Amino acid sequence: MSEVAIIGVGCVGFRPMTPELSYKELMFEAAVKAYEDAGGINPREDVDIFVACSEDYLEGFSIFDEFVPDQLGAALRHLFTVTGDGMLGLAAAYMLIKTGQFDTVVLEAHSKASDILTYTDIVQFGFDPIFNRPLGGHPYYVAGLEMTRYLYETCTTEEQCAQVVVKNKRNALLNPHAAYGANITLDQVMHSEKLFHPLKKLEISTPADGCIVMVLASEKVAEKLTDKPIWVKGVGWCTETPSLETRDWTRAVYTRLAAEMAYKEAKITNPWRDIDFAEIHDLFAYKELQHMEALKLCDYGEAGKLTEDGLTSLNGEFPVNPSGGLLGMGYGLEASGLQKVLEVVIQLRGEAGARQIDDAEVGLAHTWRGIPTATGVVAVLSKVK
Amino acid sequence: MSVKIKHYPGEEIETQDFREGKVLFESFKPKAKYAWSAGIAISRFLEELKNGRILASTCSKCKRIMVPPRIYCEKCFKPTDGWTYVKDTGTINTFSVSFIAADASRLKEPIVVAIINLDGASEGMGIVHWLNEYGDWREIKIGMRVKAVWKPPEERVGAITDIKYFKPIKE
Ligand SMILES: [Zn+2]
Repeated sequence: MSEVAIIGVGCVGFRPMTPELSYKELMFEAAVKAYEDAGGINPREDVDIFVACSEDYLEGFSIFDEFVPDQLGAALRHLFTVTGDGMLGLAAAYMLIKTGQFDTVVLEAHSKASDILTYTDIVQFGFDPIFNRPLGGHPYYVAGLEMTRYLYETCTTEEQCAQVVVKNKRNALLNPHAAYGANITLDQVMHSEKLFHPLKKLEISTPADGCIVMVLASEKVAEKLTDKPIWVKGVGWCTETPSLETRDWTRAVYTRLAAEMAYKEAKITNPWRDIDFAEIHDLFAYKELQHMEALKLCDYGEAGKLTEDGLTSLNGEFPVNPSGGLLGMGYGLEASGLQKVLEVVIQLRGEAGARQIDDAEVGLAHTWRGIPTATGVVAVLSKVK
Repeated sequence: MSVKIKHYPGEEIETQDFREGKVLFESFKPKAKYAWSAGIAISRFLEELKNGRILASTCSKCKRIMVPPRIYCEKCFKPTDGWTYVKDTGTINTFSVSFIAADASRLKEPIVVAIINLDGASEGMGIVHWLNEYGDWREIKIGMRVKAVWKPPEERVGAITDIKYFKPIKE
């Protein structure tokens, strides 16, 4: 079975808003960059399948799939949409190449968050209509519920969660793709407005616009087109029950099981030792800690201490979210997963400039589909085949 | 009910039972509002509609004149190279005559929607719009020549409805 490589990446954004470009123009720009980065491929001839990722309600279109082909060079070509996070699309693209039937697959995910005027209501539309929606309120109270239970069970402190924000926003200052880099203090985070106790305003990622396109290829094609392929060594995904009434509120089980699936394939037995750094979904600051634990980077309840001690900072033993995370880059909705994969690719190629992690060889990308979901995807990427 | 089947098992319910709340159900009206950025190509297109002109973009490779305009040629996958105007006259590519409205109520006058290949644009490119002043709808034919009827300049807002409709012309 062929190995699978990411051979090209293109990113536009992320920015708080992009009123000057339509979503199509945003996608075109990212696609042009990705094809150029992949050795100058021509999508009209050199691509076997296109995989686009979008959720109709975030776009404001029914069957958004149909609006995708032209700007990717996919008109009258073979395309399908994954209605989910970009990393679910990565899993699909990976499997397509593994079948041996396809050599070159293009993957796309974007966010035009600034086009959504009623973001809160759209998020709420994902809630169970019988049990949860009638209660109303801002849907992010679900994060408050989870953080409360997480802190209670793991003895993680609010300061340790706040430390994630300080770290990520600082990393973001070094990332040209980041919209919300900042030099802030722990005190500022701790004293920012409490929005969904114990969750504070600065601990919540702000949406941003952007688009990421990637080109994946089989070994055969990858080695012909590029001298810097990044290999996908394993992918895993998992979904917990949607029921807020019965799900696990502490351990992000969906991420644990997704990680086990990916690690098994990538032959990772000790993630902290076998992997050099990670890009982890941090829509809310505590989620980075909770996800670190679910990803087996440490025991339950240990992530806060590791963060406080600086082990996950850019120069630490195991950097987490060198990109600045979603707290620093901006929350790219269904593109979140590809924001993670993008940074892992850039780091493994050694192209991360001022935020480059020394000797990075194996990286981990992780995503979550946000409130109110319990779906996670994990991928292990490597510089070495 | 048929001759053979006189009764279905279970309890029969009527519309009235729903109205009276005897049958439980949940209803929800989503608040879904969007404001899509028109972007480079469509912004220019809409601006020009205000001026009573139809804008197209051109590709130097496949030599197409494309309307509605875009900043990339989807055929050649390259940025477009220029802008040009096409005429507000054209030919009916295909059409349909609707006798009922969106809510399935019968219309007094049918609504005719046509795909119009615009003069000056490349083969098979143009606009979707209403057709009016056609007399008897049975007289509408593929290949018929049509022209835009514009709203007066002061009423135009930069929308596709700045053109009121297209009407048949004799040449
Ligand atoms: Zn062309």
